[in-house]
Amino acid sequence: MAIEPRKPPSQLLPKLQRALGGSAGWSGFVIQLVFVAALAWIAYEIVANARANLQAQRITAGFGFMVNTAGFDVSQNLIAYSGSDNYIRVFLVGLLNTLLVSVIGIFFATVIGFLVALGRLSPNWLLSRIAGGYVELIRNLPLLFQILFWYLAVLAALPNPRQSISVLDTFFLSNRGLVIPKPIGEPGFEPFVIALLIAIVVAIALWRYSRRLLFESGKVIKVWPYALGLVIVLPLLATQIFGAPVKFEIPALKGFNFSGGSRVIPEFVALTLALSTYTAAFIAEIVRAGILSVHKGQMEAGSSLGLQRGSVLRLIVIPQALRVILPPLTNQYLNLTKNSTLAVAIGYPDLVSVFAGTTLSQTGQAIEIIGITMGVYLVISLVTSAIMSFYGWRIGRSMG
Amino acid sequence: MKRVSLVLTLAVAAGLSAQAASAQTLKTVKDRGMLSCGVSQGLPGFSSPDDKGNWTGLDVDICRAIAAAVFNDPSKIKFVPLSAKDRFTALQSGEIDVLSRNTTWTLSRDTSLGANFTGVTYYDGQGFMVKKALKVNSALELNSASVCVQQGTTTEQNLADYFKGNNMKYEVIAFGTNDEAVKAYESGRCDVFTTDVSGLYADRLKLANPADHVVLPEVISKEPLGPMVRHGDDQWFDIVKWTLYAMITAEELGITQKNADEMAKSDKPEMKRVFGTDGNLGEQLGLTKDWVSRIVKAVGNYGESFERNVGAGSKLGIARGINALWSKGGIQYAPPIR
Repeated sequence: MAIEPRKPPSQLLPKLQRALGGSAGWSGFVIQLVFVAALAWIAYEIVANARANLQAQRITAGFGFMVNTAGFDVSQNLIAYSGSDNYIRVFLVGLLNTLLVSVIGIFFATVIGFLVALGRLSPNWLLSRIAGGYVELIRNLPLLFQILFWYLAVLAALPNPRQSISVLDTFFLSNRGLVIPKPIGEPGFEPFVIALLIAIVVAIALWRYSRRLLFESGKVIKVWPYALGLVIVLPLLATQIFGAPVKFEIPALKGFNFSGGSRVIPEFVALTLALSTYTAAFIAEIVRAGILSVHKGQMEAGSSLGLQRGSVLRLIVIPQALRVILPPLTNQYLNLTKNSTLAVAIGYPDLVSVFAGTTLSQTGQAIEIIGITMGVYLVISLVTSAIMSFYGWRIGRSMG
Repeated sequence: MKRVSLVLTLAVAAGLSAQAASAQTLKTVKDRGMLSCGVSQGLPGFSSPDDKGNWTGLDVDICRAIAAAVFNDPSKIKFVPLSAKDRFTALQSGEIDVLSRNTTWTLSRDTSLGANFTGVTYYDGQGFMVKKALKVNSALELNSASVCVQQGTTTEQNLADYFKGNNMKYEVIAFGTNDEAVKAYESGRCDVFTTDVSGLYADRLKLANPADHVVLPEVISKEPLGPMVRHGDDQWFDIVKWTLYAMITAEELGITQKNADEMAKSDKPEMKRVFGTDGNLGEQLGLTKDWVSRIVKAVGNYGESFERNVGAGSKLGIARGINALWSKGGIQYAPPIR
């Protein structure tokens, strides 16, 4: 018995029994076994039945179609794409469009949400009523309706390209979107970026040093003017030595549309606006609940230390409120990402529109495509959750 | 639509019981007492509900004709409105028995979707509509234009081919439904709206000022529209195929909705075969001997249906053109019923 000194084998069985059967013992274990077996059988039946039916109808199965030529165009592509690329490329284009609208939407939703929450909690009567009105109005209207409203309202208000609103003949706003000069990298581009990065790193180091000094010896030194100066001066110096980092391609009206420059399409603007204002209404309530969950005494204690209202919020209340805010906030981020699939209603080429839409109907590979698409949203959601959990874990740790 | 396609996909995956019986669609339809027919979400002339909710149109008439042949009652139909991208899934899953929804017959659709086209109800082609104010006379002047289109159709690919082939740039905005695409075109988001020419005429009627819009002369593709059925049931395939041929044959023979009963008494051998007073052709199909007269009495012959729904007698006012009978300068032709 010297080989297994820690766990005598006689202990293993009861342990397993307890783990699987709970208080019910072996009968509980058997019930669970039957349940899992039934689940597995149902899953197997679904797969086998689908396969048999597909074969019976001679519907091509498998992922071979992904390398076929797509043959259609997409209005917004962050990576180079043309109709002669294959469906894998279409998938990537759609995925990037979805990620773009989600990330930007989440950013604005968070900013607007926090501002509205603070506004609602503000002692200013008018401000708090306006914020309250915003929340009640926005969260009680269906999202699809709001997307269509922004799209059609924005479109109806904008002129056609020939009468577009222009600023200095370089920025053009019309119902084809916002056309802006397109930066094209010059030889001075790399030194510029490197200088900027160095400046930022040094600025962060300065800030951390000042924090340490504050906590260790109570000394307050002002670093932000130096940091800001560094971030501005260093890249400027780089451009002086190595030349301009970018040159701008100015758009010009040619035929029906603008040629040259970069374009922000109205579908993207409408979708981002609708998603971020809608989600912000929910985030505002979550943030408000989080702030209210922090004991009033904390705020009073902060005030009695002589801190301003803003500082009390920033240094004392919000860090504590974040514990309450984070889990439901994560839900809102996931919702926003999933809600972005409503894009198809206004012709924004997101993943569901170009992949689960056009690609599906051109290839007819419904099961494969819907499967991939569901998998993608699952992965996006899990990654978002993981990031938020990590953030929450760090906050929890820093607060001891 | 998203939800519908997801549900339908799961239905395919789960292999509904209707699926198992796919080899006997006729029996399934009879047992159900109703034909389930996939149509568009509203394309005037082809399939659209009127103000009382009755579906009318050329594509609808095909379904009514099938119901008439099976039940002797053209009203025993459940119409299932489908978007372009959901239509094939609905057919594959067994949700509908026949898809009669302005769908273009192509090789890849015939082979990879688990479904077959049964014939051509309307020979169409893709065209462009622009605002008159743009003063464009030809599709070749559309360089750098923005184009609104309904996604999930052959239209998107034809468009890409045409602009690429003519070395022109363009921007495509693809919408989930036809109405959304038309609305975006009307609001000025696009310079051009493109779909099948018949659809352009139909959609133009929905615009605030139809006279301000013009359909360009170029037809950039062949779009033979026809009904589809699932693979694996030859009898049902034959029934749907010959329903259309019965309508065309009736026009060739001058049989109309009004004179069908009278013509049935004819002594001509051809008439006797068609009306089933001689032989049992209808029964060979799995229908009754009087199948042709049931069809014609319900919806009229092909020409009558065409005129009523899309032709000169309708709001669309589309000329017969290549959809005329082969004997009258068109290409509509039915194999002999014998």
